[in-house]
Amino acid sequence: MSETKSLKESLESKLTGIPLSWSEFRSQQRVTVPASNIAVALKALRDAGMDQLIDITAVDMLEYPGATDRFEVVYLLLNTNSGERLTVKTHVNEPELKLPSACPIWFGADWLEREVYDMFGIVFDGHPNFKRLLLPDAFESFPLRKDYPVKGRGERHNFPIITRAES
Amino acid sequence: MATQINKQLGDNVFLTTIDAAASWARANSLWPMPFATACCGIELMSTAASKHDLSRFGSEVMRFTPRQCDLMIVAGRVVMKMIPVLQRIWLQMPEPKWCISMGACACSGGVFDTYAVVQGIDRFLPVDIYIPGCPPRPEQLIKSIMELQDKIKKTGTYNAREFQFRILPDGPKRFDEDELVRIRERNGFKLEEPKYDPIH
Repeated sequence: MSETKSLKESLESKLTGIPLSWSEFRSQQRVTVPASNIAVALKALRDAGMDQLIDITAVDMLEYPGATDRFEVVYLLLNTNSGERLTVKTHVNEPELKLPSACPIWFGADWLEREVYDMFGIVFDGHPNFKRLLLPDAFESFPLRKDYPVKGRGERHNFPIITRAES
Repeated sequence: MATQINKQLGDNVFLTTIDAAASWARANSLWPMPFATACCGIELMSTAASKHDLSRFGSEVMRFTPRQCDLMIVAGRVVMKMIPVLQRIWLQMPEPKWCISMGACACSGGVFDTYAVVQGIDRFLPVDIYIPGCPPRPEQLIKSIMELQDKIKKTGTYNAREFQFRILPDGPKRFDEDELVRIRERNGFKLEEPKYDPIH
């Protein structure tokens, strides 16, 4: 418990005057940071001992009851010495879907950020090799957005047809 | 004497056409290209393994280069990123070639009705045999190979591109009767019109 308190204190000492909302669910700590402060917050958390980035993912909050922001980007952090975990959340909205890259802080953020871009279209500034990870480069949509139809927009059938006579 | 020879020959000599012989040989030496992308591939491996033993049907030689194959077994779901690869592999296989679409996913997309999964490879490739099942049993794959062998024996290579421009049976060049007539005339012989079968 003292570890968590020191983590909270070290984060709040770096981000004085910034509204951080802490919450807890089944003894798992969560904190929501404004998008403009996410780079400072992540750097402070790494310096406070959170040395492993488990995952970066995102949630499309379109039509989510009570949601005020469109996308929620989630960082899952782990302190490998103490076993302590922390969930960091931040919100981005439609015209300015940009976040600073976490690659300078944890190198493992490389593919995670590319996957988030691939599925949600959130751009990470300062990424060393920023392009799609899973889908073809020619793919134009971001399929995990809630306004994208499950069956796609015909991308899966946009290929030449090889007949028996031609092959 | 002649009937005796005929009796002995009847047991040992078979008369057939080149197409039928080639089709028989091809049907019994299918070399599969295992395009296994999902769990159907496990059943495909099981079919080739000792219990079900696909080599009883002459098609145990799994080749991982399309240049040496004449049967592509697409086992598993094919996503939109894989379709160009699948088509290129199909085009790299030499004629004559056949394709088996194994399992519900390859035939119709299966339960994966999403933006990335192609709803049946027959939208983009010619398919000879469809195998239902999720995944199909090895017995079903063996049955499909046997049916494909029947198909190859019946249809042969009639539609293959290598024979597209062939209108007569292959073999030695036809005897030039006019030349024979010219030689005989040069030597002082005069013969009536040669009778010959226009086909032989």
